[in-house]
Amino acid sequence: MKNFLSRNRILTWITLVLFAGFLFYAQNHYNSYILRIMNLCAVYTIFAVTFNLIFGYTGQFSLGHAGFAAVGAYAAALLTMTAAQKEANFFLKPIIPLLANVEWHFLPSLLMAGLMAAVVALIVGGPALRLRGDYLAMATLGFGEIIRVVFVNLQTVTNGSLGLKGIPEFTNLYWSWGAALVTIFVLKRLVDSSYGRALRAVRDDEVAAEALGVRLFYHKMLSFVVSSFFVGVAGGLLSNLISTIDPKVFIFTLSYQIVGIAVMGGMGSMTGSTIAACLYTVFLEVLRPIESPFNIGSLQVPGIPGMRMVLFSALLLFVILFYQKGILGGREFSWDGLFAFGKKMMNRIQGRGTGGGEAVEEVEQ
Amino acid sequence: MTLSLFFQHLANGISLGSLYALIAIGYTMVYGILRLINFAHGDIVMLAAYIAFYGAGIFMLPWWISFPVAILLTALLGVLIERSAYRPLREVPRIQLFTSAVAVSFLLENLGIVVFGGRPKAFQRPAFMDVTIRIGGANVISYTFVIIGVSLILFAGLLYVVKYTKVGVAMRALSKDIETTGLMGVNTDRIISIAFAIGSGLAAVGGILQAIKFPQINPLMGVMPGLKAFIAAVLGGIGNITGAMIGGFLLGIAEILIVAFFPNLAGYRDAFSFSILILLLLFKPTGIMGEVEPEKV
Amino acid sequence: MRSKKFSLLISMLVLLSLLLGACAQATTPEEAAPGEPAEVAELDEIVIGVYEPMTGAQAAGGELTMQGVYLAYAQVPEVLGVPIRIVLVDNRSDKAESATAMTRLIEQEGAIAVIGSYGSSNSMAGGEVAERAGIPVMGCSPTNPLVTSDKDFYFRACFIDPFQGRVMAKYAIEDLGVERVAIIQDVAQDYAVGLAAFFQAAWIELTGSDEGIVAFTSYQTGDQDFTAQLAAAMAEDPDAIYAPGYFGDAALLARQARELGFEGYIMGGDAWEAPELIEIGGEAAEGLLFSTHYHPDAALSPASGEFVAAFEAEYGERPSAFAALGYDAYMLVIDAIERAGSFDPAAIRDAMAATEGYEAVTGNITMDENGDAVKDAVILTVEDGEFVYLTTVSP
Repeated sequence: MKNFLSRNRILTWITLVLFAGFLFYAQNHYNSYILRIMNLCAVYTIFAVTFNLIFGYTGQFSLGHAGFAAVGAYAAALLTMTAAQKEANFFLKPIIPLLANVEWHFLPSLLMAGLMAAVVALIVGGPALRLRGDYLAMATLGFGEIIRVVFVNLQTVTNGSLGLKGIPEFTNLYWSWGAALVTIFVLKRLVDSSYGRALRAVRDDEVAAEALGVRLFYHKMLSFVVSSFFVGVAGGLLSNLISTIDPKVFIFTLSYQIVGIAVMGGMGSMTGSTIAACLYTVFLEVLRPIESPFNIGSLQVPGIPGMRMVLFSALLLFVILFYQKGILGGREFSWDGLFAFGKKMMNRIQGRGTGGGEAVEEVEQ
Repeated sequence: MTLSLFFQHLANGISLGSLYALIAIGYTMVYGILRLINFAHGDIVMLAAYIAFYGAGIFMLPWWISFPVAILLTALLGVLIERSAYRPLREVPRIQLFTSAVAVSFLLENLGIVVFGGRPKAFQRPAFMDVTIRIGGANVISYTFVIIGVSLILFAGLLYVVKYTKVGVAMRALSKDIETTGLMGVNTDRIISIAFAIGSGLAAVGGILQAIKFPQINPLMGVMPGLKAFIAAVLGGIGNITGAMIGGFLLGIAEILIVAFFPNLAGYRDAFSFSILILLLLFKPTGIMGEVEPEKV
Repeated sequence: MRSKKFSLLISMLVLLSLLLGACAQATTPEEAAPGEPAEVAELDEIVIGVYEPMTGAQAAGGELTMQGVYLAYAQVPEVLGVPIRIVLVDNRSDKAESATAMTRLIEQEGAIAVIGSYGSSNSMAGGEVAERAGIPVMGCSPTNPLVTSDKDFYFRACFIDPFQGRVMAKYAIEDLGVERVAIIQDVAQDYAVGLAAFFQAAWIELTGSDEGIVAFTSYQTGDQDFTAQLAAAMAEDPDAIYAPGYFGDAALLARQARELGFEGYIMGGDAWEAPELIEIGGEAAEGLLFSTHYHPDAALSPASGEFVAAFEAEYGERPSAFAALGYDAYMLVIDAIERAGSFDPAAIRDAMAATEGYEAVTGNITMDENGDAVKDAVILTVEDGEFVYLTTVSP
């Protein structure tokens, strides 16, 4: 056993180092358009993975992600903007004195963003998590929208619909992917611990879990608040990436998109969520040309605006109906799995494992 | 506030409430039987309005043809959605069903944007619905009466169907216990389709009436009314048709009156409705007329 | 089954890295373009980017603007002997999309100058990106001051809202004799909030007090029921209502105001100018008043007549203010490139800033120190289902 672990650990460390190297290379060589996409991938990864924690692992269908992202985004933005930028922005009604001269570094701002989102989650979760299933979904959707509407109307704190612009662009690949990796790491540890087993018990059968002594509310709150912390951080990363935010960015359709990504990746799979998030972001950009007029050879095809989202929602529906488990189902990526897969491939190529071997495999499924 | 102004608001609230009620009935019927919140319901409302619009605009049909056609087509569409997106998922955990509803809703909205274009279109009000009538100092447009009248007739008709016809009894039985009713020889699939058809048809009426009341249609016009209608259904007790009607009226009137008495809070209008929802879900999830459902273990 | 899933995973990872790699490859040669002067003779085409809302709430504005841009492009398809390629990216009436659209235009398409966008929020978001990349942008119609106020690279062919708010206030007070006005703003649009505030400030300045503003309420974009706000306003017995939101909402608002029995003036700003205002407003649209940038009958400049003729020949209808501004913006970019004599974005930017006395369709354009055009405004009304010109107001 010990051997296995150290082999896996070494492999994981090697991959991380390689990845860090790739990030370093990318940050210095790719143009800002590609970098932007890569940063967005990281942000959506955090969104998807945290939703996975709440829904895939704890079985709570929360549609409030957009609201927490908004809290985190505004918190980080207000904390990182300079006093001069704030003054320029709040030209209609001045910002409240408490925030006027605050200017923090990025890391504490991100942490505060996450913290504020977590606090809001505590407040929202208190009432909302007492509900089940569809009711919980509607309540969290309602809370998300209430947060957004409040932000629209609090002119002196958030600048209302005018939004904030000139947010310093601190987000780079190290921050975004670093945060994503930390999120995945923390969540994975949570899921692999006894807490994780309790969460899955809550997901699979609440009544049985309660009968067995699992404190339902406590565990639901745990996953809700932990998720929201990271969603807040992701919101902060987002605002310092696109440097202009307003409440419309956090409308509930964002929550729909996150649900879509997580479902496509496979509920209960962090790997799946990560892959789906990256695919979603990349494909959305790659598909952009079909929305503007383009040429096939000498034929001019008029663009169809809005087509990208149609394709995404159609794909989502397709996955839900036919490929319910998503890309990875409930399975995670693991080195053991990879080696087993490799071995199986080798066997096939070498002609072994046919006949009797095959039969055994089928039965296993 | 003068009395006549109050009556104006009241009339407005009642007509808005009728719209919510019509849409809420569809939610509640589907929920009663399938325990599914049909997220796509609001978008059905939008589709009906557009079909009626194109019927009048492209095919030059007079309103008394294009409206019924729109209602029929929308009802069929509702059945189609049920068959393709919800029926295959009946044996699966409810949450998948819900996700499917979200996906359908998203798809319909985006399809609407692509097919109909993102620009709002003008809906033609039939002439007789555009007459201004003065009642006691308040201006009421004739469509208000049409909306209220049509809604009441439809409600009465629906209640009759649910109470006294075989189909209605079957629907009520299905909402009580879907498995047993199926075992009793009721064609579950057919009744569910009928329920969807009726629900969608009523939503279609709501959509057309909404387009008459607010003659500007756009692909996202069904989203907020859909959510508000859901709140109305919960308010009245989800699963209960009479409750949906009452909830719809109450919500419509409350929404109008709150903003009328506190115009400075007009920007928080949607937040009010959602707050009502959350308070309901917390303190009286069964709503006004709902029955507490024991949870099966 | 498992191997199928794993192979799916592996192939997707491979695909992903290939895609990213491909994108990176495709853009590496482009990296030379921004910020580096290119020899005129070497290029076989240059790219002018355009970002406008072609979908979403403001799609009408984007479409109208593009009519003008495409007409101008058809008339002037090359500059300094090099053919131009126009790349249009839809910003979906969304801030985040606007920033992405701008990034794409600059990094991926190698635009040396950009035109756009309708909607001040969109322009502000895109402006951040362009500023950092050092690419000049010519806005057609965004009127909020923040679009250019702290930017060196953003310019606009239109006037700004402090002026526009004042235009309507002045007209209402002096020409219409309005003494009591109720303001109903769209609290979810920076344009509307800004314009309402500027109108109010101008009113206070012109009348010496704020007593004339008898009510100030808000709604959100996409709201359909304005009876509550209207009733609150009408309770104060105003002579006029100022509702500087977008055309769709304004049309409904006007309709409901008339239904409630309001007989005073209903006024708005340039975002009212779209066919939907009349289509949706129906009879209630008659008599609406709003300020905007241009009207074919206004004779704002000698170039206008030719433009109108060309536009009618091409599209079979008369041009809107946004089409005219789109046309002007394109021509201004061409003019700047010609004066700069090069395709270096920095040089183009300097040439834009130095624009003086340019005879555009929408008037005589001189860039002030912020990059704003100091121009006349026109006031239009609706008569017999058409936009009819009333008068011109100068700054």
